[in-house]
Amino acid sequence: MFTTAARPTSDGQSSITYLEAIRAAQAKALADDPRVFIYGQDVGNFGGAFKATKNLAKEFPGRVLDAPISEDAITGLAIGASIEGMRPIIEMQFADFSTVAFNQIVNQAATQFWRTGVPCPITIRLPCGGTSGSGPFHSQMMEAIYSHYPGLVVMTPATVDDAYSMLLAAIAIDDPVIFCEHKFLYYHLKTDALPTEALPIGKARIAREGRDLTIATYSAMVHESLAAAEELKSDGYEVEVVDLRSVKPLDTDTVVASVARTGRLLAVGEAWPWGGVTAEIIARVSAEGFGLLDAPPARLNAKDTPVPYHPNLWTAHRPTARSIAEEARKVLGS
Amino acid sequence: MVQTALDPGAAINITSVRDAFLKAYRLMFLARTLDEKLASIYRAGKIHGGVFLGRGQEALSVSAGLALREGDVFAPAIRDLAGRLAFGEKPIDAARTYLGSVLGPMRGRDGNIHRGRPREGLLAMISHLGAMISVVNGMLLARRMRGVTGTVGVACLGEGGTSTGACHEALNQAGIEKLPLVMVIANNQYAYSTPNTRSFGCASLVDRAVGYGLTGHAVDGTDLTECLRVIGGAIEAARAGRGPQMVVASLLRLCGHGEHDIADYIEMKAKTAPSGRDCLKVAEQHMVQQGWADATAIAGYQQEAVRKVEEVITTAQREPTPDPYTEKWSALATEQLLEGRDVYHGGPADI
Repeated sequence: MFTTAARPTSDGQSSITYLEAIRAAQAKALADDPRVFIYGQDVGNFGGAFKATKNLAKEFPGRVLDAPISEDAITGLAIGASIEGMRPIIEMQFADFSTVAFNQIVNQAATQFWRTGVPCPITIRLPCGGTSGSGPFHSQMMEAIYSHYPGLVVMTPATVDDAYSMLLAAIAIDDPVIFCEHKFLYYHLKTDALPTEALPIGKARIAREGRDLTIATYSAMVHESLAAAEELKSDGYEVEVVDLRSVKPLDTDTVVASVARTGRLLAVGEAWPWGGVTAEIIARVSAEGFGLLDAPPARLNAKDTPVPYHPNLWTAHRPTARSIAEEARKVLGS
Repeated sequence: MVQTALDPGAAINITSVRDAFLKAYRLMFLARTLDEKLASIYRAGKIHGGVFLGRGQEALSVSAGLALREGDVFAPAIRDLAGRLAFGEKPIDAARTYLGSVLGPMRGRDGNIHRGRPREGLLAMISHLGAMISVVNGMLLARRMRGVTGTVGVACLGEGGTSTGACHEALNQAGIEKLPLVMVIANNQYAYSTPNTRSFGCASLVDRAVGYGLTGHAVDGTDLTECLRVIGGAIEAARAGRGPQMVVASLLRLCGHGEHDIADYIEMKAKTAPSGRDCLKVAEQHMVQQGWADATAIAGYQQEAVRKVEEVITTAQREPTPDPYTEKWSALATEQLLEGRDVYHGGPADI
């Protein structure tokens, strides 16, 4: 076991973005495995709405296919192809639109292995999360709702390295994987080289070490939490940040071990507050590590409204470094 | 799946209309007999969950199953026991699934008509109607990508299921990809209790075919001769590369939605109309009129079916039911990814 080095965000020289890592992982999967193909809206010659499949149709003729605006049928087709031994990757143009495919994902793909014994190795890429100006239907975080269903693996990579290595793992896994790639990180994160090794799926990563408070988080909120930790450092606090990497399976052990060191817990997520990943973390740590807690655990999520369009509202809707630091101070002071 | 339930060990070699008809009739009768046996066990309180019969739809269903070959794909809907048996599903699979035998394909995890063997081309339908069509599309597309030719896929649905978005998306998809899909729609006049007038506004569902880029065919679903001809023709057209096909059959569901449903909403005029005929009786009369089988021969077929049904029901009733203590409560194929297990070390060896 080893830890992937956390690289800083854009250093001016790095050239591989989170988005390019996703493109590169798909290119590698297509090159290495003839069973892999990509199906989704505008993924062909156009290269995808975010260019995550740029040039792949040209490089791999007949294996990167444009789909009609039919998320249900896109997913159903992938499930059928997987029964025939293929390893389809499907792109939902925005995670929000996966609700149209919800039935195929949770009732067909997620139940197939348990019902019939035939695995369903499909990868469903969900460009998720908020970017300013995207509004209620192009900004959602979907990890909580898919994690609720048995039979799905839900990945939430927060780094360029994980975007690459976890997508390759997702394609290799014999189960349906919901791959939540964060749109805000697409261009925001850069690195200088693709990773050659990776943590196993299901293992969280300590993104920053500390002794006073554990922030357990995932996806884009890892970076907001790291910035909050930096801010709190000037107050004399050492905050530990745990990047969950995958929310199902959820690496409870690493979070509990961290809380054993810090005695305090703040769970941060960009999704809505009712239920979800942060509630799950609080429940598990409270049940399994109650005696480790020196203060009541806390959670911070987006507000309980649809994701707003205007940047003034959007910035206030989801957790930011500032609001995380503010919440962290409450936990540290209690 | 290739050998049908009635002829274990016998090669399928239909050389004449008569042989095809008799074979179809025997399978229809076997399906009807098994259905009625299951209904009777249900009424005795010995089946958990619902029982859903194909009564009145056997001619349509069997014609689809018989035109398929080994290596084809069949996605039956809830009233397709006859088609399943014709495609090669063993009657014991139905008995075991209904009776909860752990030896059945669903092992007590799913029941009744939610059974199948996907790797053998027989899909196990989920309850959400229209959802299986795009899965068949995916199997057919995968075959095309891998250079496998000459196979077809049949997806069955009632007219009620055609109102779903899933059905629309999948038929449009089949039209785009020009897949060898045959969509078989049984218009049995009622979606549970909802009549055609509250299900669709078009004159005939077959008119929708052209909108999807499918070739449409209408057929009298009570007439086995016509079903064999029209559905057989549609399946051969798809197999020959002439694109996706749609067959819409007119018939009447001669039972409730499930055996819990007394179906008192079915209007008398529907029952007395030609489309309300019982396809099994119509087939029987045709056999006799043509001189293909006499009363003795028909009685022989019927006894054969009853014997077979008794055998599989008795077998399944003796078999173990699932044990929650030994059940592997695992929804993932990758066990290391189950929560509480060791972390996953699989994936690409070197990245």
